[in-house]
Amino acid sequence: MIEPGKRVGLFVTCLVDFFRPSVGFAAVKLLEDAGCIVEMPRQACCGQPAYNSGDRGTSRAIAEQVIAAFEPFDFVVAPSGSCAGMLKVHYPELFHGDPNWLPRAAAFAEKTYELLTFLVDVLGVAKVDVACESTVTYHDSCSGLRELGVRVAPRRLLGTVAGLTIKEMRDADVCCGFGGTFCVKYPDISDTIVAKKTANIAATGADMLLAGDLGCLMNMAGKLQREGHTIEVRHVAEVLAGMTNEPPIGVPTPSIAKDAP
Amino acid sequence: MTASTSPEFKHNAAVALADAELQNALRFVEVNFVSRRREVADKLPEFDALRDSSRDIKNHALAHLDLYLEEYEGRVTAAGGHVHYAVTADDARQIILDLCRKLGAKTVTKGKSMVGEEIGINDFLEANGVTPVETDLGEYIIQLRHELPSHIIAPAVHLTKAQVEADFRRVHTQLPKDRNLTEPATLLAEARGVLREKFLTADVGITGANFLIAETGTSIIVTNEGNGDLTQMLPKAHIVLASIDKLVPTLEDAAQLLRVLARSATGQEMSVYTTLSTGPRRASDPDGPLEYHVVLLDNGRSAMLGGDFQDMLRCIRCGACMNHCPVYHAVGGHAYGWVYPGPMGAVLTPSLIGIDKAGHLPNASTFCGRCEEVCPVRIPLPHMMRSWREREFERRLSPATVRTGLAFWSFFVRRPWLYALATALAARALAYVGRRAGRFRRLPLAAGWTRHRDFPAPQGATFQAQWKSRKAGR
Repeated sequence: MIEPGKRVGLFVTCLVDFFRPSVGFAAVKLLEDAGCIVEMPRQACCGQPAYNSGDRGTSRAIAEQVIAAFEPFDFVVAPSGSCAGMLKVHYPELFHGDPNWLPRAAAFAEKTYELLTFLVDVLGVAKVDVACESTVTYHDSCSGLRELGVRVAPRRLLGTVAGLTIKEMRDADVCCGFGGTFCVKYPDISDTIVAKKTANIAATGADMLLAGDLGCLMNMAGKLQREGHTIEVRHVAEVLAGMTNEPPIGVPTPSIAKDAP
Repeated sequence: MTASTSPEFKHNAAVALADAELQNALRFVEVNFVSRRREVADKLPEFDALRDSSRDIKNHALAHLDLYLEEYEGRVTAAGGHVHYAVTADDARQIILDLCRKLGAKTVTKGKSMVGEEIGINDFLEANGVTPVETDLGEYIIQLRHELPSHIIAPAVHLTKAQVEADFRRVHTQLPKDRNLTEPATLLAEARGVLREKFLTADVGITGANFLIAETGTSIIVTNEGNGDLTQMLPKAHIVLASIDKLVPTLEDAAQLLRVLARSATGQEMSVYTTLSTGPRRASDPDGPLEYHVVLLDNGRSAMLGGDFQDMLRCIRCGACMNHCPVYHAVGGHAYGWVYPGPMGAVLTPSLIGIDKAGHLPNASTFCGRCEEVCPVRIPLPHMMRSWREREFERRLSPATVRTGLAFWSFFVRRPWLYALATALAARALAYVGRRAGRFRRLPLAAGWTRHRDFPAPQGATFQAQWKSRKAGR
């Protein structure tokens, strides 16, 4: 546990920034409720698309930018296992053998966390004071699970949400087929993989799907909706912050839908 | 070497995805191999510690490969055997053909060998008047179908029982037409009967090796059918065809690696047969081959030593990486287009045939990391696939669309203020267009996505824009 008043730099991630800012605000609420001072320096993307496409030069340039922007903070927290994995695990790899940048990348990696594990493992948050009358199923996104060990923390906090029941799906730890640019480079293979995932989700009978990564969530939500399922899809932080008044992913705001021509 | 269709990976994958029988067969890998491995791994508390020491054993062997090769050769020779070094696939094929000719061999029985597939030994022998007969049931089936194995330990895993029955009826025309072949046991019995004659008439037996032991000059094979034993014991000569990365220092080391091999592969604690061969028949032996030859293949492996891909040479060919790969589960092994499929193939194939010919393979991965998670010798497969992508990018082999897209995107990302401005406008515009449905069924530039799934509309203002006004409002 850390003393209150620590300055946390929020790495909001480009997907949350662009598609679903409410996840960012949910993260801010959870961090502030736990006693952190949350700030957000100007930012864009962690550089993972370049890194996974083999463009090491661009990845390094972006990494240098991000590391410098977050140097004033005690912690860096991202509501995504994939982006946090990039920051924490892969940034130091990018500067292997570089005497100037490796120490900075290592110090940056040291203080960087995925949101849920930061709340539970670092801040010692044991419960949330919210309610959500729902049966939910939780998908373990790959990078968070295998690079950062995010598995217990989200389930532990979800277990303290009043009215919420967790129903585990089969193969919760198997990839949803998103894979960043993979899903557009190999769309048909990605589709086969996500179709297995949505079948497992639907088989639980849960009325809400949760995960900790917006990329995977958009992929699964898009497939569920194309298949005609009505299961709500949300980032786990939204439920934990009690912010389920916002429509789920891919669903319009009722007032907008009504007013639109 | 065996020809590659890896450049046509996308086409191969499309064919595989449309093949209902294949999709049916692949369920076996996805469900059974995974759960069986989990079960035996959970039963062995020291399993992860064994994986660590297995990694260390292979690392040590590779670091001193020159010394162990020399020691191995000396021991094989002392036991009365012969070691032949083959730099290329062509060299290996020629050495084996020359041995067959010298022995006057007409038929050759073969135990399962991926290196045999790598050098295309069967077609070469056949073209030169020597008939090769595969004796592993899976290999026998794919030989009848003139196919490559689709999996490194289960060569015919892409086939259903009904397809195998049809092949047996097509080829075994000497047997009664009305025989019952509907059960796996009846198929196995038929293959046994047919193969038994081949075992007895073969002049040479060729096997692969799971391990080569430097301290004793021993080759080890593991099988579940016992076909390997008959292949190497009955003919007058036994040829071991193996690559140089199979070397381990001691029998103790091999015993340790065997503890993770079968568990990772088939979920067995041990394979049914573990057979050790050291040299030809001795005067006091009741049986065994009169000649014992080892063909040691390099074929690009020594060039991997000391480089970015050396860790790949730790591979003990268990197949756990493909058994746990969502892409392999979707497309099967043949789509990869060459001998070694799945994650291990995505790293090894470019090393052996060139990244220019195998570029799709390291790209066709979601980087889910499950392969590395289960690898018994802890090979960092996703990391090495990324290294291949980097080489591809440096050599400008990656598609122009990818390069242009990345350049455009990074122009903005490297100017965060401009990025914030551009995304603020784009998010609002896209949110406005998608406000009624909350998502898009079709979207230009995202056709790959919307072909199969809806695309969610943004909520409206970006987080950065909202954060700015929230702070201003304080």
